[in-house]
Amino acid sequence: MNTYIIKRLTAMVVTLWLIVTLTFFLMHSLPGSPFNQERTTSEAVQKNLEAFYHLDEPLLVQYGSYLKSLLTLDFGPSIKNSSQDVNDMLGRGFPISFELGLWTLLVAITSGIILGVVASLRHNGIIDYLAMTIAVVGISVPNFVMATLLIQQLAVKWPIFPVATWSSSMHMVLPILALATGPMAIIARLTRTSMLEVLTQDYIRTAKAKGLSPFKIVVKHALRNALLPVVTVLGTLAASILTGTFVIEKIFAIPGMGKYFVDSISNRDYPVIMGTTVFYSTILIVMLFLVDLMYGILDPRIKLHKKEGK
Amino acid sequence: MELRKQHESNISPEVPDEWFVPKPKDRNEAEAVVRPSLSYWQDSWRRLLKNKLAMGGLVFLVLLVFMAIIGPLLSPHTLDQELTRQNLPPSSEYWFGTDELGRDVFTRTWHGARVSLFVGAAAALIDFIIGVIYGGIAGYKGGRTDNLMMRIVEILYGLPYLLVVILLMVVLGPGLSTIIVALSVTGWIGMARIVRGQVLQIKNYEFVLASKTFGTKTGRILRKNLLPNTMGPIIVQLTLTVPTAIFAEAFLSFLGLGIQPPHTSWGMMANDGLSTILSGYWWRLFFPAFFISATMFAFNVLGDGLQDALDPKLRR
Repeated sequence: MNTYIIKRLTAMVVTLWLIVTLTFFLMHSLPGSPFNQERTTSEAVQKNLEAFYHLDEPLLVQYGSYLKSLLTLDFGPSIKNSSQDVNDMLGRGFPISFELGLWTLLVAITSGIILGVVASLRHNGIIDYLAMTIAVVGISVPNFVMATLLIQQLAVKWPIFPVATWSSSMHMVLPILALATGPMAIIARLTRTSMLEVLTQDYIRTAKAKGLSPFKIVVKHALRNALLPVVTVLGTLAASILTGTFVIEKIFAIPGMGKYFVDSISNRDYPVIMGTTVFYSTILIVMLFLVDLMYGILDPRIKLHKKEGK
Repeated sequence: MELRKQHESNISPEVPDEWFVPKPKDRNEAEAVVRPSLSYWQDSWRRLLKNKLAMGGLVFLVLLVFMAIIGPLLSPHTLDQELTRQNLPPSSEYWFGTDELGRDVFTRTWHGARVSLFVGAAAALIDFIIGVIYGGIAGYKGGRTDNLMMRIVEILYGLPYLLVVILLMVVLGPGLSTIIVALSVTGWIGMARIVRGQVLQIKNYEFVLASKTFGTKTGRILRKNLLPNTMGPIIVQLTLTVPTAIFAEAFLSFLGLGIQPPHTSWGMMANDGLSTILSGYWWRLFFPAFFISATMFAFNVLGDGLQDALDPKLRR
């Protein structure tokens, strides 16, 4: 177990380093300096600006100092908004994005599991077909389309929820719904498949023979085993929710991290792009790692270090 | 009772027991194959035909390709702007309506279909080539080579797919070819992992050993023995790659990083349509969004169907 964790941690660090290096050199391979658009700047101002952002130093030196500042969790200043640090942006945007992401994950997991379990208990019944239709539609419809449909139907046609922004709990409903549909559908399908498999197992028959209540059988005996495959996809789901926040925050004008990221792309604000990319990647990599650890804890049959050697 | 007696008396005198002689055994006949033998592919195809949903998806996709080729020719309108006919709703003249520059949405939808399908097909092809070669070599060589190659894959696997794609798009600049390059940079990893797993398993089978004893070269073994037997999972993976690529293109175009005007794609049309949906021009979002969703749906059900059809364990 310990060797596994160490191995994984090393791989994580290497992956992160790769991301940092990749983003750094990609950003710096772009021709011209980021200030070229501003024609009015004089030679001296240009020099000063470059000195301020250390752009006049050799690339490797810049790379070294960027790595060093990353170790102290300093992402540097923004180029377009010189008054702002990337850290400030992350500090302001992250709590909002985190709230959105966490609620989405919760909604997706609970509704997905309920949908999947109900479908499996009514296998090939009307409810099953209904649930799986919802699931396949949820997988097929991109979240930006879902978001627009929700706004049009539930905010414009019938003004139940506010159209955009992020201030009250009512504001949160539509973005969360739009973002949660896809992951919910994936969880529902996975839960249904593995529940159907688990429900035919001998130990379920034993539980029935013991006279346990159907509720107890499903929750305590079946679901616990059926949820393992669901846990494995949590990492990928978190990734898709995270990238989903880019468009959802853009559509709903939510001042989260995704909005900064998208804005920084259209503004070509390289330090912000780099900072957010590194930040996002770290979250994702840590998530994947935690999911793998959780999987090992939930299923004692899985020996993590053995899986590694295979 | 009486009836039975009558019955017995009717039969027994005329049908003596001697008539019942065992038929002489014919070796050839017993060994003969009654039904024509089915190859793996025929069998899979037969099973896929039975899956109505998957066939529906397949038919839709075939129609889609067909429409992408001839669709723009069906409409009397071209991609040209005509500012006198802005934002017209669908009618017999403009089947899918027009956009804010007076362009025919029907024509644009099929031009967009070409881009989306091309991106999907190109990404799948590149993933297939790189993934099969990389995974095939890693799985077949095994040992140290495999270990090293899989370490690299493991590290790359941790890279967040869409983030890397976005990053590359920023650097390479938006456009069709850069989308395909960006999608392929990390897209092949899933394929490589699947091919490697399959090859690891199959390379120990007797027919590969037989091939080796005949002195077959490694390349030929990979091509003739291993690849055909891994085709099932590869095809299933490809049906997942294509919608992922189409979705990624739509996503990028939606963020303004994808296809650039005057070219069009479904994602870009959806992005354009989104800003006008509140003005009631629903057709501008509906048609591209519908075709993105329907294509994803079709690929998903086809992939599910293929997974069942190509699984030799389910063979009956």
